[in-house]
Amino acid sequence: MPTLTAKKMSTRLSRPAPELIFGDLWEFDPAPESADPKLKARYELFIDGKFVAPKSGKYFDSINPANEQKLAEIALAGPADVDAAYAAAKRAYDGVWGKLPGRERAKYLYRIARLLQDRAREFAVAETLDGGKPIKESRDFDVPMAAAHFFYHAGWADKLDYVAPGRRVAPLGVVGQVIPWNFPLLMCAWKLAPALAMGNTVVLKPAETTSITALKLAEIFQDAGLPPGVVNFVTGAGDVGAAVMNHPTPAKIAFTGSTEVGKIIMRALAGSDKKMTMELGGKAANIVFDDAPLDQAVEGIVNGIFFNQGHVCCAGSRLLVQESVAEKVLAKLKNRIRTLRVGDPMDKNTDIGAINSREQLDKITRLVAAGVREGNEIFQPACKLPAKGFYFRPTIFSGVSMSSRVVREEIFGPVLSILTFRTVDEAIEKANNTAYGLSAGVWTDKGSRILKMSTELKAGVVWANTYNKFDPTSPFGGYKESGFGREGGRQGLLDYCKLV
Amino acid sequence: MLVRSPQAALQRLFDEVGTVDQIGIEERVAKFGTRSIKQTAKVWGLKTAVSMVDLTTLEGKDTPGKVASLCQKALAPHDPELGVPQVAAVCVYPAMVRHARRALGCDTAVRIASVATAFPSGQAPLKTRLAEVKAAVADGADEIDMVINRGAFLAGEFGEMQDEIAAVVQACGATTLKVILEVSELETFDNIRAASFLAMRVIRPGDFIKTSTGKTSLNATLGNNQVMLEAIRDFYLDTGVAIAMKPAGGIRTAKQALTFLVAVKETLGDAWLNNRRYRFGASSLLNDLVRQLEKEKTGAYQAPYYFSEAAESY
Repeated sequence: MPTLTAKKMSTRLSRPAPELIFGDLWEFDPAPESADPKLKARYELFIDGKFVAPKSGKYFDSINPANEQKLAEIALAGPADVDAAYAAAKRAYDGVWGKLPGRERAKYLYRIARLLQDRAREFAVAETLDGGKPIKESRDFDVPMAAAHFFYHAGWADKLDYVAPGRRVAPLGVVGQVIPWNFPLLMCAWKLAPALAMGNTVVLKPAETTSITALKLAEIFQDAGLPPGVVNFVTGAGDVGAAVMNHPTPAKIAFTGSTEVGKIIMRALAGSDKKMTMELGGKAANIVFDDAPLDQAVEGIVNGIFFNQGHVCCAGSRLLVQESVAEKVLAKLKNRIRTLRVGDPMDKNTDIGAINSREQLDKITRLVAAGVREGNEIFQPACKLPAKGFYFRPTIFSGVSMSSRVVREEIFGPVLSILTFRTVDEAIEKANNTAYGLSAGVWTDKGSRILKMSTELKAGVVWANTYNKFDPTSPFGGYKESGFGREGGRQGLLDYCKLV
Repeated sequence: MLVRSPQAALQRLFDEVGTVDQIGIEERVAKFGTRSIKQTAKVWGLKTAVSMVDLTTLEGKDTPGKVASLCQKALAPHDPELGVPQVAAVCVYPAMVRHARRALGCDTAVRIASVATAFPSGQAPLKTRLAEVKAAVADGADEIDMVINRGAFLAGEFGEMQDEIAAVVQACGATTLKVILEVSELETFDNIRAASFLAMRVIRPGDFIKTSTGKTSLNATLGNNQVMLEAIRDFYLDTGVAIAMKPAGGIRTAKQALTFLVAVKETLGDAWLNNRRYRFGASSLLNDLVRQLEKEKTGAYQAPYYFSEAAESY
């Protein structure tokens, strides 16, 4: 796509517009990561410090979305298993963990963090095999960040007297947690570390397509000598999740996943005295003003929507770009997307890996087809996709309107919709015109505008001149239908305690 | 009324050509380093890098003898059986051009580049600088590496800076020109981008912009290389004029060179992956490239003395 000036010139001089060639002159050889993920053929439930078979004796397959091959069998938990897990968690809370001084709990958390670092490559490979994300992301982001969360909360465990100035804090008791498949290990760490640091015990259900790294983390808990029952993993699909959420034992439940499921859980728990945190969907606006450094903004747009195949609740899936630079940004973006490498997640050079499951691939395909039917202009690079496995080309829709389905619905895939705006107020209005409010990005050279935007945008996180930056010290969470409660930082800890 | 301060002049230029976010661009280039280049891709990259080297000696103590051995190395960097190509050019001071021409002969693909215009400071009268360019061309230089007037740029006197480049273009005749921005003296990425555009507007298709002289503390980095590549890309897409690029100084290892080439591949594409559009200004880089090629062939690293290791001895 030529820029405006190039188009003008080409008609004047009647020669083709200049184009860049991103061909195969220097094709990279495959560079597969070779570390052994040390997978077991069968994973049991992790209850009371031991791996135990499900009472039903049933198992389901976990497959590698990159090639659709079976990786391992995962135990299918039933209501009796969930009861056993909560009973173990209750015993552990009453008997050991709830009474342990913070500095003793810290020792376990530090040990877990270090053991995770020791086995970082193994975990990265397992995460990529199970979930389909590029190895460079699991290696450079997921695993180090998971360890960082354990380290950070270990640091808090003996300083809880200072977490709420003027008040004392006490643990809640047993906590039930359900996490999604987009960052399986990292979400485990986000949920477990603050709960354990505060002195709670946990029953957690990983997503059914990505249970392996949680169960590998259970091996680390055993190695770290974590007292039995402090953390229990039950695996399975939505019905197991419902059993975890609706069980009478937990004092608090924490959920990360879709807004749809979040609403069902909230309905079921209405009237109970359980504390809740919900980290739900998003449809974030990434807003580019005409004074922004455009190449870096384009980099941020790409990182915002194509990171982890767009399976990110805070993904910058709506690009709002000021009219005066819209054409330029679109042209730059297209050229940038042509250089993204889509393919085998285990290849160290892969930028976009496999879609997590066939179900998700179908959903993305369906929504993109709807976007095309609506008459939006679609762009996809001409990259080769592997024959087997779940893959989707990075996709951008331009010329879309606010009412379009691809603008309103969370696609949770590598699909970007581009809208334009003229004034700051219009940008704010369009950005806030959504049911969600998890995150937003602002790209401008003007500092005062950043401050104005960050107060007016109804989003839990506002990134300025960057996107998808995370840190254990920084609270993360939503407005509106993106949920409530915070994870990370002091605020995240406060959601796992009561003030006394 | 227009404010006539250097900062105002620069600001107007930034509004025109756009700015660069330092943190953003450093994050971008860090990703180039994570590309894993293996096997045939590695061999192709190493050989291509060899063919892009401007093998350089720019010292007060250069002698015709040293230049002659440099030229020999340029013609045949290593054992011919390894299939190492010739380098793109030798790069010498104007006084050494005729010695280089004698050593290389006239019937050679290796070009002679010369750093004219009172290199490295450029602080001589324009008349003197132009005379130096003409003398180097007359002695047989195929390419002239000039330095821009950084003083004029920083003072906001862009017309003066561009007029001087245009005068050197005139003096060059058919000779290729490389315009050295001396990035460390421009201080910011915004300035590097702006200066790139000023230079590109007065040079010809196929002429180069070049990072640095190699005579200051900071030379070519992935960051300033990237700023210039993106400027070249934007200028090309706007005007259709393809400008070439030469990072110089500080690129010593094969690994670094491959990372720079990844930046070229992913920013400008295949049309810039050749020595008409991309060069490395370097002296010790060639030995490491050859050593890595040898290792790819035999599976083992040779001892340093197997290659003429030091930049001092060709």
